Amino acid sequence: MIGRFLLALVLAGGALLAQAADPAVTDRFDYGLVPQKIADNSWAFIGRTEDITRANGGNIVNTAFVVTADGVVVIDTGPSRRYGEQMRAAIARVTDRPVIRVFNTHQHPDHFLGNQAFAGVPTAALPAAQAGMREQGGAFADNMYRMAGDWLAGTEVSVADQAAQAGRQTIGGHDFELIALEGHTGGDLAVFDRTTGVLYAGDLIFLDRAPTTPHASLGHWRTALDTLAALPVKRTLPGHGPVHDDSRGIGQTRDWLDWLDDTLNRAATSGMDMAEVMVLPLPERFAGMPLARSEFERSVTHLYSRYEQQTLNTAAPSRLKQK
Amino acid sequence: MKQLLMAFALALGLCAAAGAADPLGSSRWPDLQREYAGNAPVTFDSRVEVLAPKVAEDSMNVPVTIKFRNLPDVKRVLVVADFNPIVKVLDYQPLLAQPGLSFRIKLQQASPIRALVQTGDGKWYAGGVWVDAAGGGCTAPSTGRSAPDWTSTLNQVQARVFHDGQNQRVRLRIMHPMDTGLAPGIPAFYIEQLAVEDASGEAMLRMETFEPLSENPVFSFDLPDTGKAALRVVGRDNNGNRIDAMVQP
Repeated sequence: MIGRFLLALVLAGGALLAQAADPAVTDRFDYGLVPQKIADNSWAFIGRTEDITRANGGNIVNTAFVVTADGVVVIDTGPSRRYGEQMRAAIARVTDRPVIRVFNTHQHPDHFLGNQAFAGVPTAALPAAQAGMREQGGAFADNMYRMAGDWLAGTEVSVADQAAQAGRQTIGGHDFELIALEGHTGGDLAVFDRTTGVLYAGDLIFLDRAPTTPHASLGHWRTALDTLAALPVKRTLPGHGPVHDDSRGIGQTRDWLDWLDDTLNRAATSGMDMAEVMVLPLPERFAGMPLARSEFERSVTHLYSRYEQQTLNTAAPSRLKQK
Repeated sequence: MKQLLMAFALALGLCAAAGAADPLGSSRWPDLQREYAGNAPVTFDSRVEVLAPKVAEDSMNVPVTIKFRNLPDVKRVLVVADFNPIVKVLDYQPLLAQPGLSFRIKLQQASPIRALVQTGDGKWYAGGVWVDAAGGGCTAPSTGRSAPDWTSTLNQVQARVFHDGQNQRVRLRIMHPMDTGLAPGIPAFYIEQLAVEDASGEAMLRMETFEPLSENPVFSFDLPDTGKAALRVVGRDNNGNRIDAMVQP
């Protein structure tokens, strides 16, 4: 009896207890951001390849900064105001030059909710990303609160105030190329520093972490990967996953997108319904990839109705009399 | 924390006293059992399998598939979502069809989704899963409402039949706002009845449907193969608008 009772207690309380993170960490709300040098004058903050939780506070994303002669260029600002503030403090421990420019690679909340900490600094995103932040930023922030809890305290949506222009732009001696793409979302800005050869790919590239698709167009995304693959890149910072010097990120992201497209297409043409598709086995090469199962489930919700709709035909109205 | 645990313990103790413990640990279960199973004993049975995502990525469209493994003589399948403001989703009589089915629902908050199943001997069985959700699915206006021409496609049926050599799977999408009545100023407007008939007009399956079904609901059913004969989909919504379409195999 006691055993069963305890089991029930664990079941009921499990959801709550699992959310309660280590108090030593959450009391301070310290992301522990340590910049990792990835090239001359260039640093990245590497997030965990996890889902957003109350334990990690949304630190599941990669952000970066480049210290130029004129000041610091920041690429993405993280999931919360606290993250942005701690990022700014960590930058100040590396250089005393001011932050002069921020780029948001796209509209997803883990990449721009830290903008508040850079108020007053010109902040650029592609127009489609600005629109996405404006229209959906509130809902994104609410959902981030729901998942990460008080790490988000004080966070408000601060939309990028400038429309990023595609093309070359020299800032403090660094030759940046801004590349306007789409596919992960409707406005994906890739930043290529031709001076160091580092590509800041945003979420067009994932490595060793399943890609996410809430605003994705798989066709456009694959075209964007072709564009990135043609650049003379020495080192890639993906939106999620480790820094790497080869084409693994592009290759793995493309592999996932191709598999996803093919799987959803086959499922729809064989007549499967969504919840059945979600439990299809993952190929062995993805089975150990963090978040592969949950991102596949999410992607089915995002994308499957488009595939399914193509298999349905409009039925002729009946001319028979109803009973 | 201690107080919280005490509260849990009390709540669970009360539940346990009321009958078979709900494996989903939901405070709503005793009420649901009383209301939908007439307080008859309900066996939680792994043969009643409910597939749904752990987290509802889209609270307006939460996909659900119900499957039965070796549970014979299923006469009725009642689907409920414990914590939805409108609990009942559908009430399905498989008749000639396989008892499993798929559909999508709106979720207002995290909730168990359950299938309560009655077999020919009158006994009740149940299965279900928890789905976490950001919520709000039931109190938002349907998206089709904002299109000026939604009435021109009202109750239009889109369909496809898939043959596997033994059975035929029928997939249907019916254009309907499925308004819950919980969005301000928009009254409840939803499909109430739906059936699939064979060429001679005999019902092969029949169901009552309720507000929580998603807008433009999509269903999958598995029926005995009827060869080249067309199927007829009939039904109506709560304003008396008819659904009536011929589906070619």
